[in-house]
Amino acid sequence: MTNLSTLLARFGGVNLLPVALALLAFVLIGQPSSWVTLTVAGLAMGMMIFLMASGLSLIFGLMDVLNFGHSAFVSFGAFVATSVLASLGSWVTGGSAALNALALLAAVGAATAFGAVGGWFFERVIVKPVYKDHLRQILITMGALIVAEQLILAVWGGAPVAVPRPAFLTGSIVVGDVAVETYRIFAFALGLAVYLVMHHALNRTRIGLLIRAGVENREMVEALGFRIDRLFVAVFMAGSALAAMGGAMWAGYQGLITPAIGPEMMILVFIVVIIGGLGSIQGSLLGAVLVGLLANYVAFLAPKLSLASNMLLMMAILLWRPYGLRPAIKG
Amino acid sequence: MNAILRLDDVHTDIGQYRVLHGISLDVPEGGVHVLLGRNGAGKTTTLRTIMGLWRARKGAIVFRHHDITHIRTPDIARLGIAYVPENMGIFGGLTVEENMRLATATGKFDPARLKRVLALFPAMEKFWTRQAFALSGGQKQMLAISRAIIERRDLILIDEPTKGLAPAIIRAMIDAFREIATETTILLVEQNFLFARSLGSTVAVIDDGRIIHRGGMAELAADEALQTRLLSLSLAAHQ
Repeated sequence: MTNLSTLLARFGGVNLLPVALALLAFVLIGQPSSWVTLTVAGLAMGMMIFLMASGLSLIFGLMDVLNFGHSAFVSFGAFVATSVLASLGSWVTGGSAALNALALLAAVGAATAFGAVGGWFFERVIVKPVYKDHLRQILITMGALIVAEQLILAVWGGAPVAVPRPAFLTGSIVVGDVAVETYRIFAFALGLAVYLVMHHALNRTRIGLLIRAGVENREMVEALGFRIDRLFVAVFMAGSALAAMGGAMWAGYQGLITPAIGPEMMILVFIVVIIGGLGSIQGSLLGAVLVGLLANYVAFLAPKLSLASNMLLMMAILLWRPYGLRPAIKG
Repeated sequence: MNAILRLDDVHTDIGQYRVLHGISLDVPEGGVHVLLGRNGAGKTTTLRTIMGLWRARKGAIVFRHHDITHIRTPDIARLGIAYVPENMGIFGGLTVEENMRLATATGKFDPARLKRVLALFPAMEKFWTRQAFALSGGQKQMLAISRAIIERRDLILIDEPTKGLAPAIIRAMIDAFREIATETTILLVEQNFLFARSLGSTVAVIDDGRIIHRGGMAELAADEALQTRLLSLSLAAHQ
């Protein structure tokens, strides 16, 4: 086992897992065009899950808070973005790519801003009174999730809502036999851009340094003179904003949304956080890409197994690495 | 001599356990002052209470002219107190450079000060870009102390710095502490009496959450009967 780990580490370590999975799928699928379509779909799905999961991972890693209400921000993000797109009807459906892009920017921006403000409220009112008490955290954040779902039902109703897709993101790019949806490429690019910004912020800025240190040892960060509670608020707002952004993107991907959109995604989000390693952005990205790819490959190869596949993936990874693929280092 | 830190009848509880039962202690300004005691006597709790990491139920802690009994840990740190915990508190995922940068007020190093710290602990320069989890125990302790002195502090609280270290590293640590003590007051918690004796100017002995002896280190070092009574040890047993 040690030799296998050393060999794996020499060639890129656990980062190679998505590549290995893609190669295995290539052999099993047999048709290159289907494989490319599924791989792009998996990467796009993975990036959208990454948006939702990265914030949750940081919130748990830094604040030790089990936030079961995280999915409320995914749902709110989806509905706020849909409402903004619906209100900008002519910009969304018109022929001008610039207006299409502005409408999309407004929708994703509004969802993200809503998530940040909602995150601030959630942390101050719901989470702050129950720091250091996991049982109460679970109970109160589950309660808040139920309240949030009822709010969405009251505002948007329970019927499925169609999500307008900006014209410039409809259709596919066709290369030979391969057709790839434009929206998927956009979702992948946006997720990658967010990851790069987060990576830069965490590794090249003072606040990023504090967050990384806080994930490891909150007490010591305080003993060095920093108010960790202020960092908590900032990270909670950022995490909630990212969840809302992920919800907005996922809504456009699905095309039709219900108030259950957030809770439905939460199982995958939790799997990603657990297999990636708590508090680790790189781990979240790796886990999200694995989950996205596996979900798409299995849905094509063995549809009856698609629900179970990610659970099996989580079990296998936890048996191999109990703290996840790339957990934040502690001490 | 002026006291830089004064503890007056400090009581601290941890959960349902009463650990400190009225600690009163004056730490004079300048030099190394040692808090000795057996395991579980309350040494670490005393340091953590000073730092605000555990709250005093009763009593007062005064640093210079500031009553710090009820203020937050970050505010205590900003008054000029550094803390090196028993587990060193190193951020393993951060590099040596990042660990030290985090302890600077502005995020930038004072070149002269950095040069002085690296002269005290040359290994830090060698492993500057290495993640701290990969350092040895001795190197981690050096990093923890380097981090505490990378900015000018008035008082450094250090909890058992020699625990688990090789004799050669302990000797290097003694030299470093002597140098640090020329500009900063050190309150040192230690069980290694030889180490404590070679550095300390005053000593307080704590047992069962109370100070049972205070005085000069030279007097305690010269009185084996007193050592045996207070610490259940003798220098001979350590030599």
